[in-house]
Amino acid sequence: MADHPTTGDIPTLRAQRESGAQTARAVVDRYLERLQARRDLNSYVLVAEDDARTAAEDVDAGNRPGPLAGVPLAIKDNILVEGQPCTCGSRMLDGWVAPYDATAVARLRAAGAVFLGKTNCDEFGMGSSNENSYFGPAKNPIDPSRVTGGSSGGSAAAVADGQAMAAIGSDTGGSIRLPASYCGVIGLKPTYGAVSRWGLVAFASSLDQIGVLARTVDDARSVFHVIRGHDPRDATSRTDPPIHEETRPRRIGLLREYLEEGLDPDIRAAVLKVADALKEQGHDIVDASLPSARYALQTYYIICCAEASSNLARYDGVKYGYRTGNAAELIDMFEQTRDQGFGDEVKRRILLGSYVLSAGYFDQYYGTAQRMRQAIISDYTRAFVEVDCLLTPTAPNCAFPIGEKLDDPLTMYLVDVYTTSVNLAGLPGLSFPCGAIGGLPIGAQLIGRPMEEDLLLDLAGQVYESVRPTITLASE
Amino acid sequence: MTSAIATEFEPVIGLEVHAQLLTTSKIFCGCPTAFGAVPNDQTCPVCLGLPGSLPVLNRDAIEFGIRLILALGGRVNSPNIFARKNYFYPDLPKGYQISQYDRPLGEDGAVEFEFDGERRRVRLIRIHLEEDAGKSFHPETADQDPDTLVDLNRCGVPLLEIVSHPDIRDPREAAAYMQQLRRNVEYLGICTGNMEEGALRCDANVSVRPKGSSEFGTRTEVKNMNSFRSVERAIVCEIERQIGLLESGDEVIQQTLLWNESRQTVEPMRSKEESSDYRYFPEPDLLPIAVAPDWLNDVSEQTPELSLERAARFVREFGVPEYDASVLTDQKGIADLFEDVAREVSDAKLVSNWIMTEVLRVVTDRHPSVETLPVQPPALIQLLGMVRSARISGKIAKDVFEIMLQSGEAPEDIVAKKGLEQISDDNKLTELVDDVLNANPKEVTDYRGGNTKVLGFFMGKLMKASQGRGNPKRLNEILRERLGPPGGEQKPE
Repeated sequence: MADHPTTGDIPTLRAQRESGAQTARAVVDRYLERLQARRDLNSYVLVAEDDARTAAEDVDAGNRPGPLAGVPLAIKDNILVEGQPCTCGSRMLDGWVAPYDATAVARLRAAGAVFLGKTNCDEFGMGSSNENSYFGPAKNPIDPSRVTGGSSGGSAAAVADGQAMAAIGSDTGGSIRLPASYCGVIGLKPTYGAVSRWGLVAFASSLDQIGVLARTVDDARSVFHVIRGHDPRDATSRTDPPIHEETRPRRIGLLREYLEEGLDPDIRAAVLKVADALKEQGHDIVDASLPSARYALQTYYIICCAEASSNLARYDGVKYGYRTGNAAELIDMFEQTRDQGFGDEVKRRILLGSYVLSAGYFDQYYGTAQRMRQAIISDYTRAFVEVDCLLTPTAPNCAFPIGEKLDDPLTMYLVDVYTTSVNLAGLPGLSFPCGAIGGLPIGAQLIGRPMEEDLLLDLAGQVYESVRPTITLASE
Repeated sequence: MTSAIATEFEPVIGLEVHAQLLTTSKIFCGCPTAFGAVPNDQTCPVCLGLPGSLPVLNRDAIEFGIRLILALGGRVNSPNIFARKNYFYPDLPKGYQISQYDRPLGEDGAVEFEFDGERRRVRLIRIHLEEDAGKSFHPETADQDPDTLVDLNRCGVPLLEIVSHPDIRDPREAAAYMQQLRRNVEYLGICTGNMEEGALRCDANVSVRPKGSSEFGTRTEVKNMNSFRSVERAIVCEIERQIGLLESGDEVIQQTLLWNESRQTVEPMRSKEESSDYRYFPEPDLLPIAVAPDWLNDVSEQTPELSLERAARFVREFGVPEYDASVLTDQKGIADLFEDVAREVSDAKLVSNWIMTEVLRVVTDRHPSVETLPVQPPALIQLLGMVRSARISGKIAKDVFEIMLQSGEAPEDIVAKKGLEQISDDNKLTELVDDVLNANPKEVTDYRGGNTKVLGFFMGKLMKASQGRGNPKRLNEILRERLGPPGGEQKPE
């Protein structure tokens, strides 16, 4: 990633600004230039050039001091930035302009960050490849014929490609960690409730969480520390303080269930290499088990579809966004608007979700899924008695060719096999690049106890330099 | 009611009542709940259901709910859980209503009330919290906007739903139950109880069965009654409809009907508007609500006296008849007024009569509630004090009361300014009597000839001559004295 002019990190930018070697405006201009030059990758659905330049000038005028002063960030387009359109990658929100800032956005703004624009994503966060976007797939900057992963694909690609210094995304079942893995960047999905969901357009409320994509562990930490914290606007926001203890040897569990059964040997080797590197840092590597983990994917899809079917009911053409032009009466208007406004994957999940919640099936599906969710939480709780965190692959594969799995939703769902249990249990998960196959990055995932993001970041920081692959971006 | 109801069939009625809570802000956001604002003015991203918005529970709504549950002897669930009720409608901006399902705020308890001179008790199934929806305005005439307009001000106003067991057997009893519930929510200060404004709404589940049967018939739900009277009428109408069906060999089908006030009929709802499956599931945006025992204790200690207890106390403490006590306690404001005034004016029956006739007449006719009445307890105490000490007559007092209502002046001032004080001075009264007798010699002759009926004629003249101020008791005495004993067969007194 040394071949373009936007490879810096937050500490470098700060030092350059403070020494007078760089202005925030010049940095933002370079990033805007970069992202315009890379429009083919379809990372952004909206570029906010004027807003970004004005914000940068404000930083240079000394009006916006803060830990992220002048840091050019990308915001996933399902997170609200006041005054900017928010599409969620859907036709359904056509023309809708966000009237308020998400809490995470407001905190970044207050910290001096500059927003370059809104990044591409799977429609309402539903997808693992970013192919389910009304604006077309985001393309992997390492190989544009391949997917970025999803749903925060645009954010991951923008960060990997130097179109943003860091980005925020959202993760419901792996939507930050998976694209981070496929694009070779760091992706942090915080503890459920660590970052306010106010202003994040809901997909599955009990699973959604805003997180960070960055190129360095320190940058991920800096951005996360700004956006985390209790928010009275979100009733599920946690009030307990984050846990941060001094660096000391830890017990790290290799999650047996996620390293067996047909896992690509190269991916397994890359994860074991991370384990070795952690051992070299003085940590204990032990075996760990999560017996109910094999039910996580089914459990996840029942719960996320159920919640989505309700969360997306508000898009009915009555109040905002898209409305069909040719309905004769009310019910017809609802049906046609939703038929024309939503894409196939969203419709599939609304149908599935409506089905699992319907009278007569509720207990069999939703009820069972809730019980399984409890079992998974118990398994994690038990595991965390023995270990401080768990190490797994992020995904069973690397970025695959665009179009390959589009006609086979079940195979597509399987790419989330290692990430969904973390959302079900509300735990923090961190993905970082730990190797490559044929130039395509592999992701390792660390899973921690609630509110122990800082431990995950510390551990990744200790080994990142030794395990990170060399990644070459596709030429401009 | 037709006689058939009384002889062959027995109605079985359960009520679902929605009470709009008097919290200052909405249940899940900080928007005000005041009635009558410009449409869509009292809204924010939360109650508009905008993308990215989240509900945060208003603690007062829970507390108001707890007040009613405890007052009715129910059980408060801790934790209680909010759930989403999913259906599509233009005035439901999120496409779901946040309500409670599996673990409502409260269960059990009962509403006790007087009905036909007996104490009745209707058991409750549940009391739960939910958010109100908006209001749709459909065009009613050709000259109106052809679009349906939606006002979302009401979205998110807290509602308490009170669901009874099917314990009611008479439409009048249903209305009496509603009235008692109205009194209870008013006394607890959690709802205005105004049905016309929609602050209290009632849906009735109605079925009929042969008398003596222990099984329930197929029930229907009747909605859209917006007065106590229409609750009774709609149920009567539905019972008659169901009996008609059964008597002609047809079956009652389970459906929702709307009461049509102008036609005084029940009409089936369009089937498309009837949703059969609300796909309830726990609201993931709100955590289960724990109610600490301390909180329950605090609310319990603050539970005020309700209307039935208060009526009993009025009988006991002030010696007013039971009938008076029940009228006086029907509205909390009236009961407060009575109690304040009766404590100062040591003639409770005088106060009771005055409030039941004069005050209630104007409260009902001209002022929506006693709170808006320009006459406050101190003024009424002063006025009735003057009546009691015979400084003014009861009739003059009514005139003074009318002036007080118009001008808000103190009764002492009105009486002084207008010179309305009663004339009790015997010299003045004797002068008046003599004048009247001198002016009407024919009637004097009649009286002395034995026609005592002319006494009424003289009293009328005397009151007129004194502008109503003459002390009627003394005038009567002096009149008889001056006239002497009536002649004829009439014996002297």
